[in-house]
Amino acid sequence: MSVLVGTDTRLCVSGITGSEGSFHSLNNRAYGTNVVSGVTPGKGGQDVEGIPVFNTFHAAVEASEANTAMIFVPPPFAADSILEAADAGIETIIAITEGIPAHEELRVYTQIKRMPGVRLIGPNCPGVLSPGKANVGIIPASFFKEGNVGVMSRSGTLTYQIGNELAQKGFGNSSIVGLGGDPIPGTSFVDVLELFENDDQTELIVMSGEIGGDAEEVAAEYIAEHVTKPVVGYIAGFTAPPGKTMGHAGAIVSGSKGTAAAKAEALEAKGVRVGRTPTQVAEIAIEILGG
Amino acid sequence: MDLLEYQGKQLFARHEIPVPTGIPARTVDEAVAAAEQIGYPCVVKAQVKIGGRGKAGGVKVAANADEAREHAEAILGMDIKGFTVYELWIEEASEIEAEYYAAIVFDRSARAALVMLSTQGGMDIEQVSEENPDAIATLHVDPLLGFQPFEARRLAFDAGIDADLIRPIGDFLTRLYETFIAEEAMLVEVNPVIITPERKVRALDSKVTLDENALFRHKENAALRDPSDEDPQEQMARDRGLTYVKLDGDIGILGNGAGLVMSTLDVVAQYGGSPANFLDAGGGSKADAITSAVEVICSNEKVKAVLFNIFGGITRCDEVANGLIEAFASAKPSVPFVVRLDGTNDVEGRKILADANLPGVYTASTMNDAAEKVVALAKGESL
Repeated sequence: MSVLVGTDTRLCVSGITGSEGSFHSLNNRAYGTNVVSGVTPGKGGQDVEGIPVFNTFHAAVEASEANTAMIFVPPPFAADSILEAADAGIETIIAITEGIPAHEELRVYTQIKRMPGVRLIGPNCPGVLSPGKANVGIIPASFFKEGNVGVMSRSGTLTYQIGNELAQKGFGNSSIVGLGGDPIPGTSFVDVLELFENDDQTELIVMSGEIGGDAEEVAAEYIAEHVTKPVVGYIAGFTAPPGKTMGHAGAIVSGSKGTAAAKAEALEAKGVRVGRTPTQVAEIAIEILGG
Repeated sequence: MDLLEYQGKQLFARHEIPVPTGIPARTVDEAVAAAEQIGYPCVVKAQVKIGGRGKAGGVKVAANADEAREHAEAILGMDIKGFTVYELWIEEASEIEAEYYAAIVFDRSARAALVMLSTQGGMDIEQVSEENPDAIATLHVDPLLGFQPFEARRLAFDAGIDADLIRPIGDFLTRLYETFIAEEAMLVEVNPVIITPERKVRALDSKVTLDENALFRHKENAALRDPSDEDPQEQMARDRGLTYVKLDGDIGILGNGAGLVMSTLDVVAQYGGSPANFLDAGGGSKADAITSAVEVICSNEKVKAVLFNIFGGITRCDEVANGLIEAFASAKPSVPFVVRLDGTNDVEGRKILADANLPGVYTASTMNDAAEKVVALAKGESL
């Protein structure tokens, strides 16, 4: 198996007629993802290299039986598009868009949590890749192969770096889940820990966190209580000064809260080994799983 | 984006939160004219984005024009905890019977707005929360339902507000929440909220932080951005669409993606180096972004060596290599560079760099190797 996206994924892309949207939709399709439809209001009836475009998510879901959405529209329209996908019955919504206003993100998060069976990944995330099965988003799939390590991360390129270190040591991945760098991600480490724990293919979980918020601390508690599989951690931002946003809207140390040291300590206190460099993460993985 | 006190108060006034009358001033003459218009006694207040202005001598009461001039002369240009005073706010003096505290924070951990109220205003609220946490009444608001009148009453009763003020304080909190939502703030804080001898409620101070991501639909607020707040390199980077944070060290850093750049800073520090900046050239970095980035990094005179750490996803390594060649042609950097290229089109990128044979450019095969090399170069060692 794998988590979140796989062979039963039927993808509908919001913003499929834009240059980025069409490029990545076609990339995802070329990888083997079943891209069944797209949505761009006013462009219903057109197609993108054979992928039918609809005016609304409701029409797209009815015609193409899509169960997964990828959101690729600009920030002013992204929250609306997420809500539309959820209202149309999409179960897994993966939002790539960066820069959604915080208050809107909070309202969307709250609404989605009240809709049983609907899950939002992101926003401001690179998507989800299940090697050999499906790729939804912008993760460069060619660097990853199928395997037994589940990876979840708040950052895109850092995920590639860690995935690459693992690949060089011979490891493949069950799924790679980009949670996104925003203050209120739709899906947190805890949610994905639960998925990986229940996934047969996953034997080791790598969790790549960064400064800001308390998602890593909450995950540490959850791991101690509920996770039986080994978890290896990484935290970016040990050298980040307080009060400065480090690129991601969510990556900010406020006062004494959200520092990398505190997060690493919280994880280690619960028995999770934390690599100090991406290379070390791969080395710890070898120790645990055998080279 | 943080606002100055008077900008926050002007925002409050738009949402009918009672504030004392005042006029901003940038020169001593403007300050005196403002004081004359407002009448005496009035208060001359330093406008800086840091607390503790009163203790630093940045807030003074003036009884007449001479005193207003004297205070304005003393306060303008004053340094308060590293912040220079460029602006004053001349405000009518308020009579104070009691000082309360009110704030609304975007609480990301709880995924809801947190409303706080206390009768122990006027002092450092963090101290109050440490010494006497029960003195602060708190409540999380349902983001879809909004702040309800009963919640305002509950907070007021919990905080121990006098009976005759339950309603006015409730109204005050309701308006503060309206401001928080309408202006898309991450924080609105009033310390102190004052009660006048006539039992009126007023905001005597303001601290407002706005969501940068929402400024596109708040043009009036976006116009409040003050370029003098920013470091020259940070400003230059912003103008060119790059994310740049200046740090104290001497090793310039460029990478693609916030997490990878943060990780690069950490690895450089582990090898004994000290990063001069955080620079995220972003996903899909094109040649011109690389040229701009090199210019921004090298405009910091402290930089002794530069590390390029690229893991190409959307970003293509051949474009980064071409960008670096262009940057060397136009910016002619005088410090050594270490370049690590991995990911999309890495073989092509490395070949382009090897063929160009740029002076002072070294390549590295891994992130650790790159960090080790750049730290050595910054120390003046040769490779």
